[in-house]
Amino acid sequence: MKTTLTVNGEAHEVTHDPRRSLLDTLRDDLRLTGTKKGCDHGQCGACTVLLNGERVNSCLCLTAMHDGDEVTTIEGIGSPERLSALQKAFVEKDGYQCGFCTPGQIMSATAMLREISEGAPSYVSDDLEVPKLTDTEMAERMSGNLCRCSAYPLIREAIAMASEVSQ
Amino acid sequence: MRPFDYSRADSAKDVAGAQIIAGGTNLLDLMKIQVMTPEKLVDITRLSELTGISAEGDRLRIGALVTNSALAADARVRAGWPLLSRAILAGASVQIRNKATTGGNLLQRTRCPYFYDTSQVCNKRNPGEGCAAQGGTGRMLALYGTSEHCLAAHPSDMATAMAALQAEVEVMRASGDTVRIPLRDFYRGPGDRPDIETVLEDGDLITAVILPAPRAGARQVYRKVRDRASYAFALVSVAASVEMEGDTITRAQLAYGSIAPHPWKNHEVAEMLQGQTASDALFHRAAEALTREEAPHPDTEYKRPLLRRTLIAALRQATGLGDTAGTDTVRTPA
Repeated sequence: MKTTLTVNGEAHEVTHDPRRSLLDTLRDDLRLTGTKKGCDHGQCGACTVLLNGERVNSCLCLTAMHDGDEVTTIEGIGSPERLSALQKAFVEKDGYQCGFCTPGQIMSATAMLREISEGAPSYVSDDLEVPKLTDTEMAERMSGNLCRCSAYPLIREAIAMASEVSQ
Repeated sequence: MRPFDYSRADSAKDVAGAQIIAGGTNLLDLMKIQVMTPEKLVDITRLSELTGISAEGDRLRIGALVTNSALAADARVRAGWPLLSRAILAGASVQIRNKATTGGNLLQRTRCPYFYDTSQVCNKRNPGEGCAAQGGTGRMLALYGTSEHCLAAHPSDMATAMAALQAEVEVMRASGDTVRIPLRDFYRGPGDRPDIETVLEDGDLITAVILPAPRAGARQVYRKVRDRASYAFALVSVAASVEMEGDTITRAQLAYGSIAPHPWKNHEVAEMLQGQTASDALFHRAAEALTREEAPHPDTEYKRPLLRRTLIAALRQATGLGDTAGTDTVRTPA
């Protein structure tokens, strides 16, 4: 079957088996290997991309269901020459060790900063109406991205730094 | 994953004879490990009549395709049914909640390890072959409402809050008729057919969930106990909406999660609280009444004291006897 996707602003038509995940389409068909396959079961977050602007696990998306949708991957938010504010902050704060989870962490954090600026609540928000970007909030909102090297404190520092830059 | 035929539904009538997919966050996982092997998959995500949240008088109608994230963040839900926002936000991760739908969340499958392990027998996977959890291990198994054929618990936080809020499930039948089923009647106990989890029949489609009018002034709590601070299923949870006049509890709506094959309710407990002065002694009596029955499996016996303490803590929160962090008061538009 055929599916058309806009990935990082560019339209692609891919031919695929109905079983194809969006993750495999990105990595194997479009050769966008910045998005990582960790668990392939929605548990680790390494495959996080933005789907029509919202962060999702691309391993739990069937490509067939996303005809006409827009996808943004880590390749779409910055380049080695022009890093995004979050990418810069992860380098600055050393927000990784092995780096395998980093693209997913950065895609997830990119969406998270927007969500909190739009007032989206979390389970740990004291007040569902006015969430604030505290360390506790960041830990809760990033819980879908595992880091087996456990660089979490530095990841949160990097996100806090990027958030200050953008304000 | 086993091969399947994929089609996109153009109308609600296209779902008969096929496995419905919407968010796919649970189904695709189960298909990858071949616990579920549908031959036909019908994608309902383009059915626009299943989208959106709308007021129905004082009630709220939530389309079946509304995502968990959109529902939890909806301004009307945060104000009128904050218990539902908290419960949804207590479940899964943001990535999952951005895809998971209202209808799909109600129909998510158990996380019983034997259901997931195709090398073990499971009556929910293959009716009649046996239950490996009997005599096996499983601290996530259910405490109440089980049968000798199945010990699995329903893991949904959202459904537990909806049970406390007395929601209804709107279903379109294959005939085209629409019915509304109280959530308490929507799930079936396991009996001798644990593979049949709800009253839905082939060709039925969940179209919406209806919340009754908000209870102005009610204090609401979703208290979830789990093995890690976030992104884990509940061991036990308590959804509470409590109304008071002075120190007297005038109404308590309660439901309990991850302890039964479906959101659990206990009317005796709710009635014990009504009309009584809030006190620790009262809450202890309610907790004892809730957990009188022994666990069906030694590995879940720990859930009895845990559930008692969680109920007491939730009631202390809701009535102001304890720390009130994470407690929300229902507001209604002026």
